[in-house]
Amino acid sequence: MTEDPSPPSRDALDSPEESREESLQQSTRRSFLAYAAAAAAGAVLASCTPEEREAYLQKRFRELSKEDVAKVVARLEAEYARKYGKPFKVGVEPAIPRTLFGYALDLSRCIGCRRCVYACVKENNQSRRSPPIQWISVLEMDKRTGVDVMESNLYYDPKEVPREGHFYMPVQCQQCRNPPCTRVCPVGATWQEPDGIVVVDYNWCVGCRCCMSACPYGARHFNWGEPHLPPEEANQETHYLGNRPRMRGVVEKCTFCIQRTRKGLYPACVEICPVGARKFGNLLDPESEVRYIIENKRVFLLKEELNTQPKFFYFYGV
Amino acid sequence: MKTIAQSWILLALAGGAGCGVAPQQAPLPGQTPEAVAAATVPGAPSAPKADEYPVPPPPFSEGIYPCSFCHDMLDPNPTPRVLNNHDAEQPLRHGPGRWCYDCHNPKPMDVLRLANGTTIPFSESYRLCGQCHGDKYRDWKVGVHGKRTGSWNGKKEYRLCVNCHNPHAPHFKPLRPLPPPVRPAEIHE
Ligand code: SF4
Ligand code: SF4
Repeated sequence: MTEDPSPPSRDALDSPEESREESLQQSTRRSFLAYAAAAAAGAVLASCTPEEREAYLQKRFRELSKEDVAKVVARLEAEYARKYGKPFKVGVEPAIPRTLFGYALDLSRCIGCRRCVYACVKENNQSRRSPPIQWISVLEMDKRTGVDVMESNLYYDPKEVPREGHFYMPVQCQQCRNPPCTRVCPVGATWQEPDGIVVVDYNWCVGCRCCMSACPYGARHFNWGEPHLPPEEANQETHYLGNRPRMRGVVEKCTFCIQRTRKGLYPACVEICPVGARKFGNLLDPESEVRYIIENKRVFLLKEELNTQPKFFYFYGV
Repeated sequence: MKTIAQSWILLALAGGAGCGVAPQQAPLPGQTPEAVAAATVPGAPSAPKADEYPVPPPPFSEGIYPCSFCHDMLDPNPTPRVLNNHDAEQPLRHGPGRWCYDCHNPKPMDVLRLANGTTIPFSESYRLCGQCHGDKYRDWKVGVHGKRTGSWNGKKEYRLCVNCHNPHAPHFKPLRPLPPPVRPAEIHE
């Protein structure tokens, strides 16, 4: 594991992204509209409501001024309140300084009960059906063969877990320090935040799914249909870059519960796990439980050889 | 002359406790036997600072706690034997050779007792478990063994060992898993 005691430096890893973004900026949606298809696009936009037009013309989240952010938040909150019949809060809390989030999961404790999977769905407003979206996949593996993703079973369904001779490996976004998914996005709709969380701007995502094919962990999910979120189950405490309701045609993924963790709370999966297999904290804080684990336990990274540099550490607590 | 604390430790050892408890030394002038015991039992868990490990209340079994309700009227009997009503309610499956007074104070019974003779409230039972399970206790204190909730950069709530493990039968109970994901071929809409 490479340890980086300084706050996340943007240069080494992100520079290709940055320079590409500059070129992207020369062709924003606004300028495209201004030159080329003024007539055609104008006709389309003319049939939109003012809100839809505003949403369509919205800049990328990172380019918005403070005032524009406030406007976008107000527009989204009104939209969700209308759609779900109850008030929503769309937070925009920035990264906490000197914080680099890390996660650790104890393979010697996880019993494969999938409580985390469903707590995540509930907390993060995933689509419940057609198709359902789950950000956590729990893999059942054979103790004799050890970690072997190809031979693992995602669909195990015995009466009781753990099953004799098996262990369980939950997989979710590894919040890579060197994420291939953000590199391949042709429109810059996904990036790594200063606290290390890889996020998606759903209002900018064009749904091409390049990031899904680039991610070696199957951690990104696509809304093939209109997400099905029953209003009574919707979590109203949201973040713009996290669990706010999504739309059809966009990609989504685990954000370490950005709406919770940026307020100092633990992610929902940490709080639900009945065996306490899930650990979370600040990698830059030597007193955090994740640092203790990295320094004192046997730790491994999933597909370490790909140099994605996960901030998700599997360990054996025994 | 043996101190009371020493007698209990010897009793615990004779009962097969064998938790790495070291032989006791004679008290120095002016030192209480308890202080000697605490100072010489390696890893003897010391008293926590107030609110160092905030925990929920212990899961007392209804109709069983307070122990003193019956045991005030009974004499402590250190001989392992069949106990009709306790064996039915909470059979003791905590490794071989355990007996009630390895953990419970003989009298008054509503507290626990460490191997060094110190009595502690049930709300600090982790100190008792930590005597044998020192590795788990060490990891628990830093939030790595067991569940800790609250705030990653602020106040945290711990769980007592006994909030997850039944002390009389500590093996974690299997659970019914929540449903598996839908296979792609089963999605029809
Ligand atoms: S809730 Fe905990 S024990 Fe259950 S599957 Fe998730 S990580 Fe494993
Ligand atoms: S696990 Fe996948 S989605 Fe998450 S940061 Fe890494 S490459 Fe991107």
